[in-house]
Amino acid sequence: MEAVKRFFASRWGIICVGAVIGVLAAILQKLGNPANMGICVACFERDIAGSIGLHRAAVVQYLRPEIIGFVLGALLAAYLFKEFRPRAGSAPIVRFMLGVFAMIGALVFLGCPWRAVLRLAGGDGNAILGLAGLATGIGIGAWFLKNGYNLGRAQKTYTSVGWLMPLTMLGFLVLLLANPQIAGEAQSGVLFYSLKGPGAAHAPLFVSLLVGLLIGVLAQRSRFCTMGALRDLILFRQTHLLSGFLALLVFAFAANLVLGQFNPGFTGQPVAHTQHFWNFAGMVLAGLAFALAGGCPGRQLFMAGEGDGDAAVFVVGMIVGAAFAHNFGLASSPAGVGPNGIAAVVVGLAVCLFIGFTMRKTA
Amino acid sequence: MATTIDARGLSCPQPVLMTLDTIKAGADKELIVLVDTDTSRENVSRAAASQGYTVAAVDPDGDGYRLTLKKG
Repeated sequence: MEAVKRFFASRWGIICVGAVIGVLAAILQKLGNPANMGICVACFERDIAGSIGLHRAAVVQYLRPEIIGFVLGALLAAYLFKEFRPRAGSAPIVRFMLGVFAMIGALVFLGCPWRAVLRLAGGDGNAILGLAGLATGIGIGAWFLKNGYNLGRAQKTYTSVGWLMPLTMLGFLVLLLANPQIAGEAQSGVLFYSLKGPGAAHAPLFVSLLVGLLIGVLAQRSRFCTMGALRDLILFRQTHLLSGFLALLVFAFAANLVLGQFNPGFTGQPVAHTQHFWNFAGMVLAGLAFALAGGCPGRQLFMAGEGDGDAAVFVVGMIVGAAFAHNFGLASSPAGVGPNGIAAVVVGLAVCLFIGFTMRKTA
Repeated sequence: MATTIDARGLSCPQPVLMTLDTIKAGADKELIVLVDTDTSRENVSRAAASQGYTVAAVDPDGDGYRLTLKKG
């Protein structure tokens, strides 16, 4: 057990985890997940919001088993390695708002940091703008951190608090199994399903769930975080997490080449648009929100699985943010940014700057 | 008397920032850092090593850890 712990805390450990995620994402795509979207935490939480009817965008509704697997896999790993620590109480409302605007920013670009890398690995040049925006947003967040920004201490709490998000995910799994997709039907019991679009593209349920569980275990062990990768580089010149992030890119690229999924270019890329400035600005907002909240969307799921109630609030914020994004015309589509997407980015940046400037310990 | 940094309840990167700030402010040869998650324990250990400190001891402390960092 100790040797396993040490391996995952090492540089080779994080590189292996990034590589596994990259390869599995490419394979999930081959097995039916949307193009350049083998795994996208933001997109998949958005699909979950659609599947339970929080928004009714017909093309993005599916209760993605990968997300369920991430949380439950992290829970499993946390218990196996005695790291389950129920904690909560560090500025939950702020984390909720950051989750909302992180999702809105990500949906203006059309992807979380994982998908930004997977898009690049699939040849989508627009991802370069997104990644540049992500780095810029995290850079602004790092400046706040350097200048005393702090969400305050969490407190140890009841075990049941840490279990609430994993139990919610178990509930989602029960819903999914009790209301299976019916061919040609847009609804099955209480769940909505997409008949076309990215929501209709998915790998077999149990493959998705197993991959999610595996990644959940590995990422909990290695603390894999794409936001942390760039933040630690900017803040501390540390490249530990960055090596995992780069491994994800390299291995997803190699796997895409092998599977014939590499199509370089800017136009006509799957689930992407070519409005460069808004690809950039959307991810500035998302990156800043991730940095202020202390983790990328994936990492927040893994922390929620190991008992962090504040990370769980961020996750709920993202799911609600996805509903806002699609109900109010904030999310982009392949045609470009949504009718109110630009306003939402501006408001989101203002909210993040307000949080960053005012929540500082000036001692 | 070694300086004690209480980073319990704070999530990354706060424990690392506090440790590095103390080191850069001209810390003693010995530092005690209190953390309450394994992630923080790993991150602080890694950051300390990058500043020429060694983790002399990791002791259980309540639900967390008490790290003793020594220069050299």
